[in-house]
Amino acid sequence: MKRRTFLGGAMAVAVAGHGSRALAQQPPIKIGMSMAQTGGLAGGGKASQLGIEIWRDDINAKGGLLGRKVELIVYDDKSSASETPAIYAKLVDVDKVDLLFAPYATVPTAPLMPFVKQRGLLLMGNFSFQVNSKVGHDMWFNNAPWGPADSWASSFLDLGQKAGGKTLALLSADQEFAQNLVLTAREVAKKRNMPVVFDQNYPPNTVEFSSIIRALKAAKPDIVYVSSYPPDSAGILRAVNEIGIGDNVKIFGGGMVGLQFAAVMSNLGSLLNGVVNYNTWLPEPSMYHEGTKAFFDVYTKRAVEAKVDPLGYYLAPFGYAMGQMVEAAVIATKSLDQKGLAKYLRDNEHKTIVGPIAFSADGERKESATVQAQFRGVVDKDVEQFRSSGKQVILFPEKMKTGNLISPFEAARK
Amino acid sequence: MFSMDLLLGAVVLGVLLGCFYAAVSVGLSISFGLLDVPHVAHPAFLVLASYGVYQLNETYDIDPLLAGLAITPLFFLFGLLAYRVYYETFEKRGTDAGVRGIAFFFGIAFIIEVLIILQFGVDQRSVTATYIGKAWRFGEYRIPIRQLVAFAVALALTILLAVYLSKTFMGRAIRAVAQDEEALRLMGANPVRIKQFAFGIATAVLGIAGALLIIVAPVEPTLDRAYIGRTFCVVVMAGLGSISGTLIAAIILGVAESIVLTLFGASWAPAISFAMLLVVLAVRPQGLFGR
Repeated sequence: MKRRTFLGGAMAVAVAGHGSRALAQQPPIKIGMSMAQTGGLAGGGKASQLGIEIWRDDINAKGGLLGRKVELIVYDDKSSASETPAIYAKLVDVDKVDLLFAPYATVPTAPLMPFVKQRGLLLMGNFSFQVNSKVGHDMWFNNAPWGPADSWASSFLDLGQKAGGKTLALLSADQEFAQNLVLTAREVAKKRNMPVVFDQNYPPNTVEFSSIIRALKAAKPDIVYVSSYPPDSAGILRAVNEIGIGDNVKIFGGGMVGLQFAAVMSNLGSLLNGVVNYNTWLPEPSMYHEGTKAFFDVYTKRAVEAKVDPLGYYLAPFGYAMGQMVEAAVIATKSLDQKGLAKYLRDNEHKTIVGPIAFSADGERKESATVQAQFRGVVDKDVEQFRSSGKQVILFPEKMKTGNLISPFEAARK
Repeated sequence: MFSMDLLLGAVVLGVLLGCFYAAVSVGLSISFGLLDVPHVAHPAFLVLASYGVYQLNETYDIDPLLAGLAITPLFFLFGLLAYRVYYETFEKRGTDAGVRGIAFFFGIAFIIEVLIILQFGVDQRSVTATYIGKAWRFGEYRIPIRQLVAFAVALALTILLAVYLSKTFMGRAIRAVAQDEEALRLMGANPVRIKQFAFGIATAVLGIAGALLIIVAPVEPTLDRAYIGRTFCVVVMAGLGSISGTLIAAIILGVAESIVLTLFGASWAPAISFAMLLVVLAVRPQGLFGR
């Protein structure tokens, strides 16, 4: 080895060593959150957390943020709203975290909003729906693609009306997220003078849906908008398959949580055909952005070890995107000042693996990127089929559209 | 919106649902009703059985009911072991009274839940069988075949247990230990062994009940929480220890729930069930069929 090469190599090692020492010596930037590890939301919570962990590992591999390693402090909230206030008080007052990420979903997030507003804390939302609408916290930013409150119901009812639907049935779980969702559907229907012929909320832990579906069928609606949670969605679809829903139903679905998760999709298999439901990310060409493919390559490998959703389309990339937005804000403001970070997040558009994200004043997306997609050609017991395009045909938004609605619902199921 | 058609449909589905509730409660009727063991882990045992059935169905493609039968001996042994641990650590020392016995079974329930999560993850699991996802058409009516299967099996299971407890020597011994443990001891029998055997039977029954649970709907590790109220409600409403009463109370509960779900709005269903329990207890504190 030439002397110059040796010296160059030695210097490089010294600089790298010094750099890692600096990274190690600085206290880490602590990001605190609760996440559903058990309970009905755990399937989503674990996948979301894996997405955030992949971002943490990527950012730490690049040298961290402000020269400091990023550390996640995560507690299990058991999918329960009663757990999160105490957990977040602990994260702020005992663990002294620098930044807060919200737990996955609406129910555990809703009780945190008064707390973060009172303390003036930045909270990165994680797939909750309209939790800030009444609180009005100006340091809340939701990573979900929902957009304006009524866009979700509007897009579904648009599709139903275009298919000739005139009357509406609403079936909803009796909890925060589903109620927020169905409330906007009621408002949109009222604005459009659309008669609501069936409107029922069912309690959590409902075991059997046959009776409810029978009553719904008797009301003879044209459009059936369902906002359900994962444990119920499978029960509802099974009952629909057995009891039938009527030939007049043009479109069925809308806001069923669970039909985005690999295990539920795989379990339901062909029962999914014809259902039009919301989603956030699908393996269609229009949904790939810089870093998306690389993210899913890593996720697919780590999901096996972590025993989480093998597809991870619904939540994981948005967990990663949440990290990317914080990363951009910290780098741009060169600080962890929460007000400064909030201002940056509000004033700028952010480049992420799920596409560009810009926020409106309420901390939700300026423009909805929630897709409504129809399940087609799904077969039983094959999770891998969902990795290919065409199994969920995008009907909305227009710019991502990959096909047209097949209606009525009974025809679409064949 | 009321119609006779809807009401009739609700009653039929309610009877089917009620028989299913009876199947998942009948083990508790023995352990809690007859043996006076505060078995709050009963629904967790039930969910564990469902996962056992899922594993056999998934790995060997065995029909869920046969898988339920296959795990029954294992659950019998599991029941023997669980009671022995409970007896040695609580009952023998006289420390089973009040919340301590309940805490023991709550602990077991949480351990089972965590073990299921570690082994199977948190996602929903379901089984496949020819009778799942299809309906029996009767004119305008459609009845899910999985519910008919659950109805038939639950009915057979409850009748079998009622006959066993009233007609066989061991069954009568179990009833005797529930009535007067001391008198049984004076007659030279070992009440602890009888109670252990009875607890084994109560747990073994869960093999079949667990199969019905996963046939009726997908399961997830925390599903036991949804059944803890219902199963205790059925057993208390029936009158502690009454097996035939458990069937009738479960059918009453199922029909009431189904009618409310169909005709009055789903939100009221849990309230109506527990309101019925309160009314029954106010009128007959010993339950519908309790002595």
